[in-house]
Amino acid sequence: MVKSNHIIEISNVTKSFPDKVVLDDVSLSVKQGEFLTILGPSGCGKTTLLRLIAGFNSASSGKILIDGKDMTSVPPHERPVNTVFQRYALFPNYNVYDNIAFGLKLKKVDKKEIEQRVKRALKMVGMTDYEHRDVQSLSGGQQQRVAIARAIVNRPQVLLLDEPLAALDLKMRKDMQMELKEMHSSLGITFVYVTHDQEEALTLSDTVVVMNEGVIQQIGSPTDIYNEPCNAFVADFIGESNILNATMIRDGLVEFMGKEFECVDTGFGENVPVDVVVRPEDVYIIRNAEAAMFHGTVRSCIFKGVHYEMFVDTPDGYEIQIQDYNSFEPGTEVGMMIKPADIHVMRKERTENHVEGKLVDATHVEILGEEFECAAVEGIENGATVDVSFGFSDVELTDDPDDGISWGTIRFILYKGDRYHLTVRTDEGDDIFIDTHDVWEDLDEVGIKIRPEAIKVTAITKA
Amino acid sequence: MKRLLSKGYLLLLLVMLYAPIIIIAIFSFTESRVLGNWTGFSTELYTSLFSGGVSDRLIDAIQNTFLIALTAATVSTILGTIAAIGINDLRYRKRRAINFVNNIPILNPDIITGISLFLLFVSMGISQGYITVILAHIAFCTPYVVLSIMPRLVQMNPNIYEAALDLGATPMQAMRRVIIPEIRPGMISGFILAFTLSIDDFAVTIFTNGTDGLETLSTFIYADARKGGLTPELRALSTIILVVVLILLVVVNYRSHRQAKRAEEQAKQIKNYSRR
Repeated sequence: MVKSNHIIEISNVTKSFPDKVVLDDVSLSVKQGEFLTILGPSGCGKTTLLRLIAGFNSASSGKILIDGKDMTSVPPHERPVNTVFQRYALFPNYNVYDNIAFGLKLKKVDKKEIEQRVKRALKMVGMTDYEHRDVQSLSGGQQQRVAIARAIVNRPQVLLLDEPLAALDLKMRKDMQMELKEMHSSLGITFVYVTHDQEEALTLSDTVVVMNEGVIQQIGSPTDIYNEPCNAFVADFIGESNILNATMIRDGLVEFMGKEFECVDTGFGENVPVDVVVRPEDVYIIRNAEAAMFHGTVRSCIFKGVHYEMFVDTPDGYEIQIQDYNSFEPGTEVGMMIKPADIHVMRKERTENHVEGKLVDATHVEILGEEFECAAVEGIENGATVDVSFGFSDVELTDDPDDGISWGTIRFILYKGDRYHLTVRTDEGDDIFIDTHDVWEDLDEVGIKIRPEAIKVTAITKA
Repeated sequence: MKRLLSKGYLLLLLVMLYAPIIIIAIFSFTESRVLGNWTGFSTELYTSLFSGGVSDRLIDAIQNTFLIALTAATVSTILGTIAAIGINDLRYRKRRAINFVNNIPILNPDIITGISLFLLFVSMGISQGYITVILAHIAFCTPYVVLSIMPRLVQMNPNIYEAALDLGATPMQAMRRVIIPEIRPGMISGFILAFTLSIDDFAVTIFTNGTDGLETLSTFIYADARKGGLTPELRALSTIILVVVLILLVVVNYRSHRQAKRAEEQAKQIKNYSRR
């Protein structure tokens, strides 16, 4: 076997609990010595992935290699990794010194060496002379420093950090970020860092892994992730962005907001529906000039310290977010421009809803756990399993879950300039996608109705 | 007037609560065979208690009582600790169910526990004696130990066990070095609780001590009182037990008071540090 420079290899790991799948076929390689951050909203499976690496949980399927060795049946205390926990997890019955020396004492390291290494670790985290303090008398920031010292004193090959700064205040967090970065370069060991804070991820990492719903969305350097998000979720989660429905007319030309724009993306085909992302700082705003590519009216303008954040309404009903050093009074007519290189085109993950269902009779089909009326079907046997499709705007959501035919919970909301694109997880676990102008909130429970004539049923051809 | 009334009420309550105990203590310092006759101050009962003036049966009963209490308290502390750690690891719904099951023996009247254990031992053909009494005492003490350890476990940061494993401790080492020290106060109070419960148990003991004449203090005193009057030395013994329990109680209270104070000081310190 060729020895790779990957310290951790995660291949096809799935972790499911009785009621849900937390990690779905995740594969990931971590290079020796890199600072890798797993980034995602809460509940995306990032902490579970870290716990699998540490060995606190075992995967339902798949394999994890650390330093080329299969870790499947290796218990946590025999793995060459150490963890820094979100809530420090210091041993309250030991003082600072004994906390840090805990791992070394278990390894029966020579007493003198323990003392030296503990002192060095304390110096590294800026806590010299704290050896004999009771850990519970320390502040949150100090406790986290001790927790880091306790982990690095063992010289692990990989340091795992589970949102280590989440419980600290903003100022302390910024300081610790810098210190962690310095520690990483001076120790030369691999850091795997879990956070939900996108700014933290972009600041600290060599590589960022964006996760959502147990699936890796994108792996890349911070600049790649920011400048070239691979889908609407990543674009929305990392930084601010304008995400719009668009049509790729041909290579280098894309149409959105009813206008054609030059762009630099190619290879999408002709007349293909796509999403475009434009960062707010990439929209140039000027006094209503002839040169502008499109026009609008400033609705609001807020000073954000370095720049002004403005929302501009276009005559076609789109809302564009803009960051600029100049301010424009609300009500001002303005012109806007976007450079071709700043228009980022992404393939659409889907253009309509597809679910599996069962045909009941010629005008009824069972999908999402309920019976829906559908467009007349011919030539398919009743009771057959069928593919059912319907458009994003053919779905109507109701406030009261009981008013709908089926019901679900709103899981993800994406603003698309003139409409919201919602992901609704039904009771049965299917995801359906809806375009709407109505404002809903995350985790709202809603009833689902679908226009009967929009429900198209096709037979599944057995392969 | 109102103050006087409320104070008088409190006094009356205390007198009613403590009069029986105080009377026993007072009359342990006189020689009279009948309780209530004061025949002058004397420490004769104490002397006689310790110089073999009482029947061997009483001495045996005292020995049995403490031996059984010590064994039962030790075993139920071990069992209760293991059970509590296991229960704490369960998921929410199962944990609630098991906690409920754990509370049933506590609420169950002793007499029922006694009869059921008696029937169990008989039906299994186990001859009754020392072993059955100890088993019975372990059975009714363990839930109390679980109950006194649970709060410590719930308070504990769940990550510290994993942190110990992560730093290279085997599960056993993590348990010994990290978990046990954390829950030790709960274990100690559980042990003391089990010990006192075992000492003064009558209902369960009487059903499980068999016919070979195994007696504990409570069963001996009961039998003795029914056979025409209490052995006078028991008054001295009761007083001694009272004093020992009192001392134990003061120690336990003092410990918990000191712990609360320490926690308070630590909280204050943390506040001061975070202000810096």
